[in-house]
Amino acid sequence: MIEVSNIEKSFNGTQVLKGISCVFETGKCNLLLGGSGTGKSVLLQCIVGLMKPDMGSITFDGTVYTNSKIDIRQEIRRKIGMLFQGSALFDSMTVAQNVEFPLQMLTPEMSVEERRERVEFCLKRVGLENAGKKMPAEISGGMKKRVGIARAIAPQCTYLFCDEPNSGLDPLTSIKIDELIHEITHEYGITTVIVTHDMNSVIEIGEHIIFLHQGKKLWDGTKDEILNAEVPELKDFIFSSSLVRAAKRIDEETEGGMAAFAEGSESGGGI
Amino acid sequence: MLTTFGSFVLFLRGMVTRTERLSVLWNRTIDEAILIGVDSIVIVSIVSAFIGAVTCVQIAYNLTNPLIPQSTIGYMVREMTILELAPTITSIVLAGKVGSSIAGGLGTMRITEQISALEVMGINSTSYLVLPRILAALLMFPMLVILAMLLSILGGYLAGTLTGVMTAQDYIEGIRTDFIPYNIVFALIKAVVFAFLVSGISAFKGYFTTGGALEVGAASTGAVTNSIIAILIADFALAALLL
Repeated sequence: MIEVSNIEKSFNGTQVLKGISCVFETGKCNLLLGGSGTGKSVLLQCIVGLMKPDMGSITFDGTVYTNSKIDIRQEIRRKIGMLFQGSALFDSMTVAQNVEFPLQMLTPEMSVEERRERVEFCLKRVGLENAGKKMPAEISGGMKKRVGIARAIAPQCTYLFCDEPNSGLDPLTSIKIDELIHEITHEYGITTVIVTHDMNSVIEIGEHIIFLHQGKKLWDGTKDEILNAEVPELKDFIFSSSLVRAAKRIDEETEGGMAAFAEGSESGGGI
Repeated sequence: MLTTFGSFVLFLRGMVTRTERLSVLWNRTIDEAILIGVDSIVIVSIVSAFIGAVTCVQIAYNLTNPLIPQSTIGYMVREMTILELAPTITSIVLAGKVGSSIAGGLGTMRITEQISALEVMGINSTSYLVLPRILAALLMFPMLVILAMLLSILGGYLAGTLTGVMTAQDYIEGIRTDFIPYNIVFALIKAVVFAFLVSGISAFKGYFTTGGALEVGAASTGAVTNSIIAILIADFALAALLL
């Protein structure tokens, strides 16, 4: 479990995060939802330690991360896997070398054979068992995301962070990536935090959703509760999605569209 | 400017405070040494051979006094090459080739979040990415400068004898006259200092790139120009201090 308490962050006098407090639950896909420029990615970067918050604290399973000693921060960082928006694969390495890299650096006690087995396992887990020898420039955007996930889970991370995992992907590939993240979260019981503004992801994998607006947390709850949330900004955000608007229109016409939406979300299959 | 210098010092300190394992550092340094050193042999060879040749021909053109022996041309080529041309011109060439490569490479890694990926993994990115580059430069620059010295003197010999401005015997006599071994040491000290300046400044410029492709280009240009200015200032300072 990750606890974020009263986080504030400003850039050149502009306050981007305004006292955000929230909890990311273990074994669940926690979604940080919000429009562009609401501070989602900044909050994520503060949590993983790429940015230092001006105020507040972040705790990983009871261990305070912010302002703690470098050894403690390093220990926590080694339990973190992250999927970046642009995948951030090392372009001088092959796909297999990318996945092997954190193992080489973080677990020197592993033998070459053990590392190779782990890489094969991770690549197979994300459905890329035949792409190990390819360079990142030779694979598609969706495959890059899969390699990013494989690299993140290779050192058996406890916390998985995904910064807009669906950006730049077609809807079908997006769903597959969402499903993969969801499966991995439950398979390994890890705490997953996903930054997104995609309502499809909410429907697919939003087990715990935190809605941010203008640097503040306005709402949190489950995907089943989100449609009944009485927060105007959240309603505006949800119904800006053409998918949800269509479901609402069907609902108005047939008195069942939103129910179908909820059913779709429960089954994990979406609309 | 003072703030930038302070940031540079902190950047260097961060690089050596939490270093990666020695085996990782060694492998990375060897990889970088190949990129910095081996891949620069051709350009350094061409530049230094022609500089030696041009120096020889131009000195011969200016030395018209019959009282000055022809061997003076060889002597002057050697002195200019060892003291100034080989270390300084080679380092300026390498500032263009290696400096832009370091800044461009690190800048691209920064904007594509590869450096952030290293940091999230708990790896000290400056130690992993920058320290091997600086160590490799410190190792390879002196070697390339020695190569440049040899090829410049050889270039001067070929130019002098093939164009007929002097005999081979005069040239060899000239390059053996009043040889001071300390000059070689001085040139190598200069090479090490220039190596540190080029690799350090270029890495600093690239590592702190923000924005996109345009800024990566600007970082590379800034790295080259700043490195060349730093080389020239250091060149004067070292000459004033050590000669």
